[in-house]
Amino acid sequence: MAEAAPARLEFRDRDRGRALLDALARWTDDRIDDPVSIMHVCGSHEQAIARFGLRSVLPPGLRVITGPGCPVCVTDAPEIDEAVALAESGIRVATYGDMLRVPGSRSSLADARGEGARVEVVYSVTQAAEMALASPDEPLVFFATGFETTAVATAAVLLRDPPANFSLLTAHKYIPPVMEIVAEMPATRVEGFLAAGHAASITGWGVFEPFVARHGLPVAIGGFEPLDLLAGFAALVERIRTGRPGVDNCFPRMVTREGNRRAQQQLWRVFEPTGGVWRGITRVPNGNLQLRAEWQRFDARQRFAARLERARRIPAPPTRAGECRCGDIMAGIATPADCALFRGACTPALPRGACMVSSEGTCRIWHEYGGADPLAADVA
Amino acid sequence: MCLGVPGRVLEIDGLVARVDFWGVEREVRLDVVDQPVEPGDFVLNHVGFAIRRIPEEEIEQTLALYDELLAELEREDLMAADVRSELAGARPRDDG
Repeated sequence: MAEAAPARLEFRDRDRGRALLDALARWTDDRIDDPVSIMHVCGSHEQAIARFGLRSVLPPGLRVITGPGCPVCVTDAPEIDEAVALAESGIRVATYGDMLRVPGSRSSLADARGEGARVEVVYSVTQAAEMALASPDEPLVFFATGFETTAVATAAVLLRDPPANFSLLTAHKYIPPVMEIVAEMPATRVEGFLAAGHAASITGWGVFEPFVARHGLPVAIGGFEPLDLLAGFAALVERIRTGRPGVDNCFPRMVTREGNRRAQQQLWRVFEPTGGVWRGITRVPNGNLQLRAEWQRFDARQRFAARLERARRIPAPPTRAGECRCGDIMAGIATPADCALFRGACTPALPRGACMVSSEGTCRIWHEYGGADPLAADVA
Repeated sequence: MCLGVPGRVLEIDGLVARVDFWGVEREVRLDVVDQPVEPGDFVLNHVGFAIRRIPEEEIEQTLALYDELLAELEREDLMAADVRSELAGARPRDDG
């Protein structure tokens, strides 16, 4: 597939865009040899940054790196293996489309489907519950992935009395705890975090205050317009250079300090945080969401424990993804350009790692839009 | 998966809203949105649920990005495809 060029960067408010870029250049002109390093943790942020070619207009003293912001990419291989095992054992499995081609230890859900397993693509957990309702005599497992924004929908469906043949294989992940881990990774150099706007609309920006106090790093909540992103970068750079860590809400049209309390209540009635592995990163204390004890009747891991146990006894062959640098890319240590497989052995048609599968994976996004290439900046 | 998509509420029946997305009508659940929602309001939707009522003064600015993405139908754009997936997450209307 031909690579699409980044959209021409046109600010809706030119003067404001120009002023933000000028401020960023002024505030980082003493950091050209050692650029200020800001990490975002949202695949949609990477899409917007790459699509609008923002990196090509940022000053040389500022570097924006990618964190673990792609929910599909951080779903751990053993979690994929569980979904594959259930599908291969004859159970109907429904999940979001991006999950199909993500490689597990042995195979993907798409491979299982190719061999006759019933794997359904849905766009919402509601559709999966309706699928179960339409075929009440057979079990249906929804492989539930995504961050807190998406987990809220899963919780809401469980709270609405889903059919008895419906159950969940949960791999939901919770962003705030992984920031704690990435902030302390020895090889990752991050001086401030741009937090995802829509996830923060659920949690509220107040959730990041303890993080700032513990790590002394600023956090800005950012939206998805070029101007929203630049405002977030400017707030972070200002705090970094003056040594005053704090939280800035640069997306006030969507995010409040308290967040969406009603959504939080539903989320925490159904789920509780637990430690879990984020693929390519590490084990993250409180980074996974598991069903609370009172919802275990909807837990596919309980319901189909014997099938999953049998599958676990099959040893996984050595992974062929040895050279894949997806983990380093999600830890802000490498970019796709540093990976020997990128665009050669690894393409959207033949992905070797999860970051090339998902529309929110950095490799897929750079494949589509180009990455940090210094494309002719055409700022209007 | 977290981009969401804004739409205009046409009608409300209990916890279900009929919502207009650029001329496409879909059903969206109101279980998790925490502000009162009325016909005429704009809401941000994710996987079939409204998660936030968009403040009136912010509607134009919020829609602008999506107007641009959805206008590019002739181009296979990754970000636009994610917005279309969000539209598919809202339920088609039951007719009759």
